[in-house]
Amino acid sequence: MTLDKEYLEYPQRRYGMDHDRYDWSMLTDRKQVTWPDGKRVALWINVALQTFPLNQKGQPFPPPGGMSTAYPDLRHYTLRDYGNRVGVFRFLKAFDRLGLSPTFAMNARLAERYPYLAARIAGRGDEILCHGWDMDTPHFGGLDPDVEDEQIRRSLEVLRTATGQPVTGWLSPGKSQSGNTPELLAKHGIEYMCDWINDDMPYAFRTEQGEITAMPLSTELEDRFILMNNLHSEREYAEQIIDAFDFLHEESNEQGGRLLALNLHPWLLGQPHRIGQLERALEHIVAHDSVWTAGASEIRAAWKEAQTA
Amino acid sequence: MQEDPGLYDYWPYEDRPKIRWPNDARVAFWVAPNIEFYELDPAVNPHRAAWPKPVPDVHGYATRDYGNRVGHMRLMRVLDKYGVRGSISLSTALCEHHPEIIELCLERDWEFFSHGIYNTRYTYGMDEAQERAMIEDAVATIKQHTGQQCAGYLAPALTHTEITMDLFAEAGGIYTCDLFHDDQPTPVRVRSGNKFISVPYSLEMNDTIVYVVNKIEPRRYGEMIKANFDRLYAEGADSGVVMCVPLHAYQVGHPHRLKAFEEALEYITGHSDVWVTTGREIAEYYIEHCYDEAVLDIQRRGAVT
Repeated sequence: MTLDKEYLEYPQRRYGMDHDRYDWSMLTDRKQVTWPDGKRVALWINVALQTFPLNQKGQPFPPPGGMSTAYPDLRHYTLRDYGNRVGVFRFLKAFDRLGLSPTFAMNARLAERYPYLAARIAGRGDEILCHGWDMDTPHFGGLDPDVEDEQIRRSLEVLRTATGQPVTGWLSPGKSQSGNTPELLAKHGIEYMCDWINDDMPYAFRTEQGEITAMPLSTELEDRFILMNNLHSEREYAEQIIDAFDFLHEESNEQGGRLLALNLHPWLLGQPHRIGQLERALEHIVAHDSVWTAGASEIRAAWKEAQTA
Repeated sequence: MQEDPGLYDYWPYEDRPKIRWPNDARVAFWVAPNIEFYELDPAVNPHRAAWPKPVPDVHGYATRDYGNRVGHMRLMRVLDKYGVRGSISLSTALCEHHPEIIELCLERDWEFFSHGIYNTRYTYGMDEAQERAMIEDAVATIKQHTGQQCAGYLAPALTHTEITMDLFAEAGGIYTCDLFHDDQPTPVRVRSGNKFISVPYSLEMNDTIVYVVNKIEPRRYGEMIKANFDRLYAEGADSGVVMCVPLHAYQVGHPHRLKAFEEALEYITGHSDVWVTTGREIAEYYIEHCYDEAVLDIQRRGAVT
């Protein structure tokens, strides 16, 4: 099949990005950020609290970690549910022992189905982000904007009601977005989103409803990516987190505050044979006085302040 | 379609004419950072989708963009520390999009070679005039923005036609990185009869293949690079060889990966009889000192293709 003439035309070939969502800049050229009390590395731990429907539609693509056998896939349904029943409570113990302040990105439907869990997390005072409706309700190119608008509105309403929190952060299921997602998020009061993983620091993101903040929540350092996608061992997971921290810590010496963003799934790292390696990595990090453990909104606020300082 | 690409003849590794690198180095070592631009919404090629998800594929796009925003500067710092000049496999539209990165490479006297215009524009389906236009556009863009005459080619996203090498040689190129058949440079047959060669680029040492396709742990990648070097260094005592590490700052430039790579680089550059060089320098040296003898030897040993 031959190609049309337009295949050799490049309408976006110009200075900067090939879209208008954010300005092009190199991390090294930006204003340095100082975290509160002169801390060097902000540790943002996010726990993904997810519900995977047994009657998964998988349209237009299945969620990462979703059902994969013929119906009913009890194997994967219960493996994921394990995180909400058991794994997350192992996490909480570890966080409390180490004095960490995680955030929790929760599917709205999970808050509705398991009010105990929503209340328990909200009761801790840790920040809760919206993780969309459920893992089988993706945002994607081609999704009807009115449908997506309602999907976001309903998710935020349910989660705000269930938790009593303003809920101003967003993590899309599978980090997937449509071309309208940023506008719709801004319209419904979202101040930052975590899906764009193109940076190691927050940055300003343009929408037609005003500016929001991109808070990159690393995929490369995510437990699901390392353990399930790459099939690395638990020990290797811990080593990679430790290596990442040591690197950022050193870099912050000359380049200002850095952000280590770890996304955790209680259905993976909450297993008895894995939790110890998570604890080992976190113990290594918090042994440094120069670490600031904080929620995403606090980190965003400190970053914003540094932009105008 | 043909059974064999027709680009080179079978030429066994044993008993070849001895390659003598400058200063009798055993290994010509080069590092090839890919500096790429992927489009968010590229024109559609019916032979290959640019993204696995419907546009916007936020995750795929952002993964690549990380290299330009964060990774290149980290990698430059490491390469500077060990005196390595990069040979850049360049999406040439990056000259327009991100001239600041080009400037940093020019300051370091790095080499620029063509990796197409965008890594989301594939050669599949192009007729001869279209592919020539794409190649000439890339060569002209490099000349305009860097002053360099483009010597090398790595096809965009490793997409080719049967005449890719012919067209690149006719555009003034002298070497290709697209062939993985050898650990030494080899002559490559092009229709113009120009002296044109393959410079080993190595997919096996390519960070994207290692991390993404083979899902290798960062520390093991460092060990693999050292093992690759050790064996080539030993063999290089008999005849010069080439070792290349192709990189992508959006992969190796992550905080959990760069240190293990740096340790491997420190190890390699800690050897005195290693020629730390660039793709162009290897190609020019080989064409001047080794090419004619290689062609004679290949003819003498009886080509089977």
